[in-house]
Amino acid sequence: MTYIPISPKERDAMLATIGVKTLDDLFKDVPARHRFPKLDLPPALTEMEAAAELADIAASNENVRGDLISFLGAGMYNHYIPSVVDHVLRRGEFYTAYTPYQPEISQGTLQAIFEYQSLMAALTGMEVSNASHYDGATAAAEAVNMAWAQFRGKRKKVVISPTVHPQYRAVIRTYTQGMELELAGDDPNADLGSGPEALMSLIDDNTMLLIVQYPDFFGRIYDYTKLIAGAHGKGALVCVVANPTALALFKTPGEMDADIVVGDGQPLGIPMWYGGPSLGFFTTKKSYVHKMAGRLVGETVDSRGQRAYVLTLTAREQHIKRERATSNICTNQGLLALASAVYMSLLGKSGMRQVAELCYHKAHYAAEQLSKIKGMELCFREPFFHEFALCLDRPAKDVNAHLLEHGILGGYDLGQDYPSLKNNLLIAVTEMNTKEEIDSLVEVLSEVDHG
Amino acid sequence: MANATTAPKIVEPTVFDLSSPGRKGVSFPDPDVPRAKLPESMLRKDLPLPELAEVDVVRHYMHLSKFNYSVDGGYYPLGSCTMKYNPKINEDTCRLPGFLFTHPLQPIETVQGNLALMYQLQEWLKEISGFAAVTLQPAAGAHGEFTGVLIMRAYHKSRGDSKRVKMLIPDSAHGTNPASSGMIGLQVVQIPSDARGNVDLKALKEQCDDTVVGMMLTNPNTLGLFDEHIEEVIKLVHDCGGLMYGDGANLNALLGIVRPGDLGFDVMHFNLHKTFSVPHGGGGPGSGPVGVVAHLADFLPEPLVGILEEATDDEPPLFGFIKPAKSIGRMKAFHGHFGGGHVRAFTYIAMHGPDGLKDISQYAVLNANYLLARLRKTYHVPFDRICMHEFVAEGQFAGSDVRALDIAKRLMDYNFHPPTNYFPLIVHEALMIEPTETENKDTLDAFADALIKIADEAKTQPDLLHNAPSTTQFGRMDEVKAARELVLCCWLPEDYAEKV
Ligand SMILES: Cc1ncc(COP(=O)(O)O)c(C=O)c1O
Repeated sequence: MTYIPISPKERDAMLATIGVKTLDDLFKDVPARHRFPKLDLPPALTEMEAAAELADIAASNENVRGDLISFLGAGMYNHYIPSVVDHVLRRGEFYTAYTPYQPEISQGTLQAIFEYQSLMAALTGMEVSNASHYDGATAAAEAVNMAWAQFRGKRKKVVISPTVHPQYRAVIRTYTQGMELELAGDDPNADLGSGPEALMSLIDDNTMLLIVQYPDFFGRIYDYTKLIAGAHGKGALVCVVANPTALALFKTPGEMDADIVVGDGQPLGIPMWYGGPSLGFFTTKKSYVHKMAGRLVGETVDSRGQRAYVLTLTAREQHIKRERATSNICTNQGLLALASAVYMSLLGKSGMRQVAELCYHKAHYAAEQLSKIKGMELCFREPFFHEFALCLDRPAKDVNAHLLEHGILGGYDLGQDYPSLKNNLLIAVTEMNTKEEIDSLVEVLSEVDHG
Repeated sequence: MANATTAPKIVEPTVFDLSSPGRKGVSFPDPDVPRAKLPESMLRKDLPLPELAEVDVVRHYMHLSKFNYSVDGGYYPLGSCTMKYNPKINEDTCRLPGFLFTHPLQPIETVQGNLALMYQLQEWLKEISGFAAVTLQPAAGAHGEFTGVLIMRAYHKSRGDSKRVKMLIPDSAHGTNPASSGMIGLQVVQIPSDARGNVDLKALKEQCDDTVVGMMLTNPNTLGLFDEHIEEVIKLVHDCGGLMYGDGANLNALLGIVRPGDLGFDVMHFNLHKTFSVPHGGGGPGSGPVGVVAHLADFLPEPLVGILEEATDDEPPLFGFIKPAKSIGRMKAFHGHFGGGHVRAFTYIAMHGPDGLKDISQYAVLNANYLLARLRKTYHVPFDRICMHEFVAEGQFAGSDVRALDIAKRLMDYNFHPPTNYFPLIVHEALMIEPTETENKDTLDAFADALIKIADEAKTQPDLLHNAPSTTQFGRMDEVKAARELVLCCWLPEDYAEKV
């Protein structure tokens, strides 16, 4: 299949205009011994064949909308996406445009991003949002870069709660390697039951940033107000990694006086897609906006007196600042910011809250039923949102294998990241899980108990 | 110009403007489980989100979409961005339920389709580029660059070679190159270009010493020119112990033409959202896989997709994840932009095969040279020789105050998206034109005719250009006001507190 719309006759006319004989004549600058390699690739498929082949590949997976009942979360969640979202994303005007460098003919994208920024600021309780980062983990790493810039490298310690998502912590380690930072608290062997205030002992005058997660990796909800005040008392900034669905129900990090709120926007109308692409959101206080990385859309007027939007504060970015830019980010997650704006607009005040409450009630029902099974109990007593850690009397791996035989995708095996939790499952429940599904999870797990 | 006291005219209200209390856009079922007690002290008092009906939302975004120029709507010769046509079939394949609804942490036995696809794509990208190993994890080009420079530094460190702190970067480079090096604290040394648009070999030689981490080179470069001494450049860098980074943003010129790995590059990122037709989405998501030579493979980010158990006579291989021995770590959560990136690129490569890929680059280069041939008499092209997939002209004329910006804006009146302007920095008033292979001769002729006419207008009616665009819904923007007033959000906590 080819998408080239040029006939052989037209090609020859073009070659004549250029003044060469053949297409190959255009490549004389390429060293001859390496020119025109034979690529060992399968022959081209027609659209009909490609559609069939891709359908086969996709069908060989077991998906969570038909093949499997899922209780897997750990940073990516199976939520309902209303039909409108994809209808908007499928508009060629949106998905086949570039980053809006020419505002006169890009107001669709620009206003949509401006609205995304506004919705995200409202959801997190913060003053400003950028136009997105790659995902929640890279947004968290960019928070470290922002704090580094804020203190001009004079403070060298980041305190990270061990209950921040293990992959987010890993990405922060990757991003900061060679910066000679101390990453305190990033210890999977730490006491995971001691509560957030225990982190206070790690925060000192050298601390640039404290990072906590809300709800934490085990689904627990803490009020971080006191901890944040304590960190501010030492002059440190505080970043809260938040789940956006939870923010529709619970007190915002903004109310707790967080300086930065980041997270993954996948729950806001983005399919799981085997892990990506999703969306990293990043909101902060207005006073930090010049240090924030990533694109920003601001309101203005055009020459005809119409309200309009442009990319602004671009002097922070790589194309102007080059090696002195705080981040190299260029392409971000534009279309998915649009997806989450459509999702939030559509669900609105009541729908967002309804989804969050459904998750909460269903997760609590599941937790209550599961903890009645002999040999199983909730690992923690704190309030939780839609995810909880279940302590088992045998390895989580075996339990998951048993569940899978019954068509159930069990929870996340916490022993992979936390040595002390090797018999623990992290169970996620969303509005997609029916009572029957939860009951069958309970039933199959009860069999494990007897078996 | 609007005067400061009149309120701006609103063309399309925001979703907050449109909100009306009590409207609903979607409903969810009542809970089928008993309601649990909510922790009162932790609840949010209010959720200041808009309230709209479904039709309100659909019309709003439909209206917004009409204010966008797009590849589906017209010609988009934005240099360095490879705005080629995005095949529709890709939109269907990436939305197959088996891809959309799989969780990244599912047991590998339940997602062999995804893993096989990723493995195959790694293999194809290796074959296309001549590298020994590929990671699909990076999210975009710049993220791939960051991955690459971390790998380069880790490699030197692993050999106990810790005095290497310099990254050599040509003056024509994209801003992400120095920014990526700056992010890990490397010292960026700018290398000038010579009169033919190549890397200045003499200047390069002077900088090549044992403090060099490597060089980041875009080839063809951002002038659209293939470096005439590419092998010498690479040899100089290698001879001083440096590694050669290739910015693969311009790979659309090289498919089946030459493999960067064969030329001696050590690391390179791909932009699946340029070369392999992943749509740009109004600013992403992209996908920026990175390829490396064999001696850097151990440093790739974790995890890679590999074969855990070889195929047997009656079983296919078992695909899974492997961790490279000296991995720089994880670049993002999960496995990269699978659905939106890998599946679309896989579909695209599968439908092209080796000959189809070569056609892409040949026609991309044909189209660029055709436009160059039609325009060089009207617009000065400072580095004028056979170009690759793009070229850079000057958007200025002797004795005229018309600038590249004016030309760009005037093109909108002719229904074209302007070329990239003011990049690369080494050309005055740059107009960087990348036609791509998916445009026909009629479109290229119409575009060339428009540019030639605009050059004439610049002499005879310059105000047409200064005041352009005049036929679009929106005119030029007050950028200063945006930066000074910094209205970044139509919702602020304090405004809201006043309203309730
Ligand atoms: C030459 C060059 N390098 C790097 C990049 C950065 O790629 P991305 O926007 O995917 O991060 C671009 C993109 O515009 C580019 O043109």
